[in-house]
Amino acid sequence: MSETHDSKTYWKQSLKIIAFLLMIWAFVSFGCGIIFREYLDAEMPSVGGAPFGFWMAQQGSIVVFVLLLFVYNLLMNRLDRKHGYDQEGSL
Amino acid sequence: MTQDTWNFIFIGITFVVYIFIAIRSRAASTREFYVAGRGVSPLANGMATAADWMSAATFISMAGLIASTGYAGSRFLMGWTGGFVLLTVLIVPYLRKFKKFTVPDFLGDRFYSNAARFVAVVCAIFICLTYIMGQMRGVGLVFSRLFDISISFGVIIGSCIVFCYAALGGMKGITYTQVAQYCVMVFAYTIPAVFISVMLTGNAIPQLGFIGDYIKDGAEHAVPLLEKLNGLNKELGFAQYTGGVKDKWDFFCITAALMFGTAGLPHVIVRFFTVKDVKAVRQSASWTLAFIAIIYLTAPAVGSFARTNLIEEIHNQEYKSVPAWFTGWENRDLIAWVDKNDDGKIQYFGDGAAFSGKPAFKLDSDGESLRGSYNERLLTNDISPGRNELFYERDILVMANPEIAGLPEWVIALVMAGCIAAALSTAAGLLLVLSTSVSHDLLKCIVKPDLNDKQELMWARIASLGALVVAAYFGINPPAEFVAKTVAFAFGLACSSFFPTIVLGIFTKRINKEGAIAGMICGIGFTLGYIIYFQFYANHQDYWFNFLENGTGVSPEGIGFIGMLINFMVAYFVSMLTPPPPQDVQDMVESIRVPQGAGEASDH
Repeated sequence: MSETHDSKTYWKQSLKIIAFLLMIWAFVSFGCGIIFREYLDAEMPSVGGAPFGFWMAQQGSIVVFVLLLFVYNLLMNRLDRKHGYDQEGSL
Repeated sequence: MTQDTWNFIFIGITFVVYIFIAIRSRAASTREFYVAGRGVSPLANGMATAADWMSAATFISMAGLIASTGYAGSRFLMGWTGGFVLLTVLIVPYLRKFKKFTVPDFLGDRFYSNAARFVAVVCAIFICLTYIMGQMRGVGLVFSRLFDISISFGVIIGSCIVFCYAALGGMKGITYTQVAQYCVMVFAYTIPAVFISVMLTGNAIPQLGFIGDYIKDGAEHAVPLLEKLNGLNKELGFAQYTGGVKDKWDFFCITAALMFGTAGLPHVIVRFFTVKDVKAVRQSASWTLAFIAIIYLTAPAVGSFARTNLIEEIHNQEYKSVPAWFTGWENRDLIAWVDKNDDGKIQYFGDGAAFSGKPAFKLDSDGESLRGSYNERLLTNDISPGRNELFYERDILVMANPEIAGLPEWVIALVMAGCIAAALSTAAGLLLVLSTSVSHDLLKCIVKPDLNDKQELMWARIASLGALVVAAYFGINPPAEFVAKTVAFAFGLACSSFFPTIVLGIFTKRINKEGAIAGMICGIGFTLGYIIYFQFYANHQDYWFNFLENGTGVSPEGIGFIGMLINFMVAYFVSMLTPPPPQDVQDMVESIRVPQGAGEASDH
């Protein structure tokens, strides 16, 4: 075990990361793919031959989901390091 | 070589590989049987989870479903991938830190009550059983289509294979076979898609072809593929492919129920108990979604290609000159044609089914099909009044795609091997949760706590045999009406029971035993009640929660979302009115929130 294990701060910051990612998650799927779909179809430039909202529902949201999880890994690992939770094999 | 020989070779090789892996990785302890000794690499577990998650239905039917519903098919695409974001950021890292074997383990300890554990076990068993029946049926169907054997015999072969590696190898055995199965699936899905994409759009990447131009009529007539498809749909009287849905609010609820349901499915959650530590869980879950996304991003492309191609090749064509695949699948009962206007041409229109029900072919006394004036198979069904003359099962859009695109025989064999891999991998994962629920959660934790490891392992194997027999029985004698209507159950239940309860258990310390149990019971009770009422009793579709003008209300498919909200609210209010959980439980919650150290939880 190394230096400071400030579990309270760690938890608060994890919650911030989670809230941030879930906001994007909801925006691209429920927002772009469903609620604002017609608006985006009409107002945004098409993605190739596909209307923007339709493309978000069938492709874009999934691509963003994958990116979100890689960002999650990055942010959480950095947070772990900062709080000394990155020791090998000490689970 | 004939198609049959290729099929035998491909499926034979894959089976040998699966069984070889299973024998190499036999489980010797419950730790290996339940969680593969916690030594699986994040990448391998990612592939295994992806194979576990994608069932025969996803593999065979999803592209067809998207092809026939267009935009409305997006609910599956977003629902079944978006759920993994929730699963990863809200659930699995914390449950892995808790260091037990199952989901009921967590709920039982967090809410310090065997009643909570018992409710969770019943839900887990119910969810997995509904799911696994469909899988065994899928294996049987593929076998019977391929080798001309009865579905029952196909189900029995499939069960034997699954038993070999699930009951012997446990989690260790199925994890490594699922890695192999994922590889088979991903090639089987993407290779035909690439070929068809090149054929229709000239682009080798299906996702780019999907948004690219349709060039089959020559480069000078190039139009965007989706525009072409919208045009075809309009011409034939179908709804616009990229068009809207009837009730947005219902669509929202269905997508949400699929997402939150995915995040609460026990057979997916336990997969992440097989890796080394919390960091590996996060990594592994990200790989999982990436691997799933490869197939889910290809599916809408395949759907749009297949539909465009099908209409172009079939509509208004002479039956006598249709391509060989058409008559081939007609002979396997998946395509049927009635020549209503007697012109010898196939007309495909969007004015309803060509006839009522599934095709029932006229047979002579030897069981041979009777043929009409163009050598088509004759039907006994009641002919509908509309102009549409064509019936096809949605599944052929994936299964027949390689033939439609004129691909070599080995690609077709690969697709068949992929279908079987998809069904087997999911069945094995479910079987494992079923056997663990019985041996660990019921016997070891509730009925007979003095069971030693060897005995528990034996019970796990007996339980998986039992579960397999039940699943195979329902695969052979499907309560057809019932299964079709209960698909909504599995997701609705997971969404209204597991997801909210687990999340509350991790993210609040104040939610106590009384709140959690009351929440689960109200959530499940409401969801089950609503589904049963509208699926089995009500003969109308005036659903509740109808907030939009001209809306339909929330259909049973999406009601799990409302059930989840009820669960959250009830759990909160009941907990506030009753005493907080004991100190040691609160400490336990503190300890699972950080990835390492502190806390009394340990492997048992």
